[in-house]
Order: sequence, then C-alpha cells, then structure tokens
Amino acid sequence: MELIIRKAGMLTSVQDLGRWGYQSSGVPVAGAMDLPALRIGNVMLGNPEGAAALEVTLLGPEIEVKGTGAAVFAGADLGFSVNGKAVGSWRSVVLKDGDVITFKGPRGKGCRGNLCFAGGVYIPPVMNSCSTYIRAKIGGVEGRALKIGDVIKIGEPAALWKKLEGFCLPEDLDPAQDANAPLAIITGLQEDAFTEEGKKLLFESEYTITAESDRMGCRLEGAKIEHTEKGADIVSDAIPLGAVQIPGHGMPIIMLADRQTTGGYTKIGVLTPLSMEALVQKMPGSKVRFRRADVSEGVAEQMRIKEAVRRAKELRLSHVSRTHSEAPKPLFGHFILTVEGKRYEITCEEI
Amino acid sequence: MSLYIKYPKYLTAGESCVVVEFADEIDRGANDAVMNLKKYLLTQKDISIVECLPTYRSLAVYFDPTVVSADEVINAAKSAPELDGEECASSFTEISIPVCYGGEYGPDIANVAEHAGISEEDVIKRHSSKSCHCYMIGFMPGFAYLGGMDESIATPRLTNPRTVINGGSVGIAGKQTGIYPIDSPGGWQLIGRTPLRLFTPEASRPTLIEAGYEVRFVPVAEEEYKKIEAEVAAGTYKPLITEAK
Repeated sequence: MELIIRKAGMLTSVQDLGRWGYQSSGVPVAGAMDLPALRIGNVMLGNPEGAAALEVTLLGPEIEVKGTGAAVFAGADLGFSVNGKAVGSWRSVVLKDGDVITFKGPRGKGCRGNLCFAGGVYIPPVMNSCSTYIRAKIGGVEGRALKIGDVIKIGEPAALWKKLEGFCLPEDLDPAQDANAPLAIITGLQEDAFTEEGKKLLFESEYTITAESDRMGCRLEGAKIEHTEKGADIVSDAIPLGAVQIPGHGMPIIMLADRQTTGGYTKIGVLTPLSMEALVQKMPGSKVRFRRADVSEGVAEQMRIKEAVRRAKELRLSHVSRTHSEAPKPLFGHFILTVEGKRYEITCEEI
Repeated sequence: MSLYIKYPKYLTAGESCVVVEFADEIDRGANDAVMNLKKYLLTQKDISIVECLPTYRSLAVYFDPTVVSADEVINAAKSAPELDGEECASSFTEISIPVCYGGEYGPDIANVAEHAGISEEDVIKRHSSKSCHCYMIGFMPGFAYLGGMDESIATPRLTNPRTVINGGSVGIAGKQTGIYPIDSPGGWQLIGRTPLRLFTPEASRPTLIEAGYEVRFVPVAEEEYKKIEAEVAAGTYKPLITEAK
C-alpha cells in the first residue's frame, strides 16, 4: 500500500519510539509525543509496538490510499474519517484502493495522535530509527514534516489484516488520562537549587501552557519559582524525557520528544509517563497543576502501559481468529506444527 | 580531594534514568570517572541498559524500568572498579583535525588576534600547539565540548551572531573552542574551518569526535584543505586517530 499526501495538515511527521542509542553523539531522541498511544495502536494492527506511524497534530492531513491495507488512529479524537465517514480513534478500519483519509478537526479532547498502518510506515531508518527530527533534518521523509505530493510506502501487513475491520480498543485500555488530574513530578535531581517557598508555589499554583510550546518543550507561565543563591545554571548534564527544567526566569519548561540531549538549567524532577501522556494532549492556554510522586509510581505506570499493550495484542488475536456462524468454517488462524522435530508457526488467511 | 567526599551521587531522574554525578563543576578527574563508568557498564551484559550518556561531570543511564530496577542499575554502577589515576593519564585517543585558518575560512581571526594583542600567526600557533580534551558531545548532533584551549586567546562571543555558519567552522567563545558540526546560526568567533565531516547521520559511527578523545588542531594550507575536502567527498579520507597506552 502507498499513501499520497493531498494535504499535509498542521504538522504531520513520521515518528516511532525514538532514536535511542545516539544521545552520546548529541542526537536527540525525538519519537512520538504520545508514546503509549503509538505502542497500543501498532499492536492493534499486528505491528511491532515500535513500528513507524504518522504523527498528526491538531489539524490532520488528507491522504489518498493506493492499494489495500488497514489503519487505526491511536490518540486523541481528531475526527479521523475515511471517505467522509467518521471512524474516530481506537477503531481499526480496512482501507481499499482510492479511499480518502481526512480529519474533521479536534473534538476538544486532545491535540495529537498516531495514524498507524498495518505493516507500519516503510522508510529506511537513520541511526536505527524512522523518527523525524526536524531541527537537524534527520529521519522520516527528508528530515521534514510531510508536504503535499509526498508518497509514503507502507510495509507488509501481518496476516489476517482483512479481519481487523471494526476492531475496537476497550475503553479501559485507552491510555488517555483524566485531563484535570494534577501532573505527577518525580522530584529529585537539582531539587535543592530551589527555595522552600519556590517549591511550595510549584505544587500549589496553577500554570498555563504558553503558545511557544512545541515538540521540544512545553513552556508554562504562572507563579515564579525562586532559586536559592546557587542560581539557575548548572554545568550541562543529561535531560531525560519529561524533565521539569526551571531556568533563571522561574517558569517551568517540560522537556518533550525533541529535547536537546544535554542542558545547563536546573531540573526539579521528571514527569511520570502517564502524566506525560496527559500533558502532550493539552492545548496551549490549558491550565495544569502539579503534585509530587516517587519513582515507584512511575514504574507502576510503565507496568500498566506494558500490560495494556499486552492485552491489546491478545484482543487483536482473538478478534482476527473469531469465526462467522453464517459462513462455512474457513481455514484461518494460528497453528503450531512440529515436523521431524522442527517447530513451525503457521498463520492461515482466507482469501 | 575534598571535591570527591560527597561524590559520586546516585540520583534517580524519573523512573527510567539514573544519573551518577561525580562533581558539580567542570573537572577533568570527574570526566575521566564518567568515561570509566560508561565503559564498565557497557560490559555488564546482565544489566539491561538502553543507553549511557556521558556529560562533563555525570553519566546518565537510561533503562527500561519494567525489565531492570533503578536499584539494580545503581548497584551495578557502585560495583565499577575505581579509576586508577595513572592508567587514565597514560591511555588516551587523539584525533587530528586539519584546519585552514584565517581568510574566508576564519573571518574573525583578526578579532581574536586583536583581543589577545598578538599576530594572527600566533593565534594559529597557540590554538594548535596543545590538544584539547572532549568532555562531552551535546547541544547539537556531533558538537564536541572541548576544554583546555590556551586561555591567552580566549575571546568573547560576537555581539551580533551570524544566522548561518558553515559546518566545519572552528570557533572560539570565551575560554572554549569548538567546531560547528552542521550548518547552524551562532555567535562564536570563527578562526578557521576543517574539511572533515564531524557528523554523518548515515554512518555506523555518526560522530567523528567522541567524548573522552583528545583533539589536536593541525594547521593546513588552502591547497591541502581542498585536497582533503575532495577525499572526504569521495569517501577515501581516513582521519588520523592514534591510541596511546
């Protein structure tokens, strides 16, 4: 299958789980902003959880489909539709030649998602990743956001993809968080660079996401957090995903997918993975609050995400292996055969 | 040695990263300890690590917390053998970076000469006379933070930064010297340019200089610069890297 981009949308780029392993060369990780959504969307289609997808921001692209395949929109509801008919998020759809994918616009419940295809977006990886890092023009399609006329190849889908039509993710596996819950910061790092009063303000005040926020960082405005006499600058060290960095101006910046590998501002802690998931869906102008968390809470969230991915995988298998009562029982499903001591895994598909 | 009494510090940075700090300032001993720990952790096959990121004074260790715990990573780091100071001082990797100084390659060399009160020839001599240590790579892909430049040629940044600087440009900013790996804006005083490619995304090792290397600038004439440039373009140039023990 191929995709022909007829309208690019606001910011559509190829992303996977990120370019890990090259930070010591100064190369930012990049990758999908909503990571749990990408992982779950991929396994719903039988892809590896890190397959590349198109990250869609707020106003989605218009895409013509060449060939056949299957897709799911994993993330906030941005009005994902096929031939004008609403499909929505977390529901797989089988695509046929000539179908047109459009997005009707955000529904007020978030601003981005991953358009995943069975077989994944097929692009030669750069430094082991397909993720686009626009600032240094690395990865994806020529290191840039998609534009009109781009032709995107889709890889070979996993067997039984034709049976994916209508497969929906149960609501309890949707990684989206309560949008009003305070964001959890695992405190530490240079926490002692801030005054007690400053820390108190951070956890008691409301902050507004500013319009300068992008894939690199989410800038906040609100009560100014004072540093101690040691100041806001440190000798540069690593910036993990979700680091809450507070420069001399006292306003927090939360470091996102396209963050630099290293930086010289004090960090009060790091957001938990599900708080990150909630944050990246917030529009500029949204209000956020913070609360303290510890490492064990972050680990528990990673476990929950992993479990949701595992269950989504299982549900897909049982969906594509189900039988129709009205039709004669066709031969399909998963078999394990042992012939002369050799184990074979076989997937059958009705044609 | 008072510096090391409260170090190393083992900090958790969220649930998926541990930072081992060896100092809170730029310190060669701390940086050597960072490189030593990185080398050690990469040999520990029973601890599953996603990536190690060395900086001036700390090592960030990224891992999957559903596979290995922060405590296990910290314990592995604590089991690293201590750095033998002598061994470290006597083993190093040095890379030679050919630079064509002055002229269109280094339009700000006169600023540096004037600021130091010396001739342009002396700027070149002082810049290339002693090797610099690469403490870390960061800021942008392939950008090496170098320390140890002759401080007599330290010069403040340009007051009016350039919007485009060619990749390969060698500059001075305060006491630092560095090489722009890719075309980018910036305010460093440009004194020369290297024909080498510092960052090659499609290569198996994308950066020419790695953290921990000694970097020696070697002055070359324009003719030699052009010859090397052609060899780099043809993929036949082999950078001069020497390992001493």
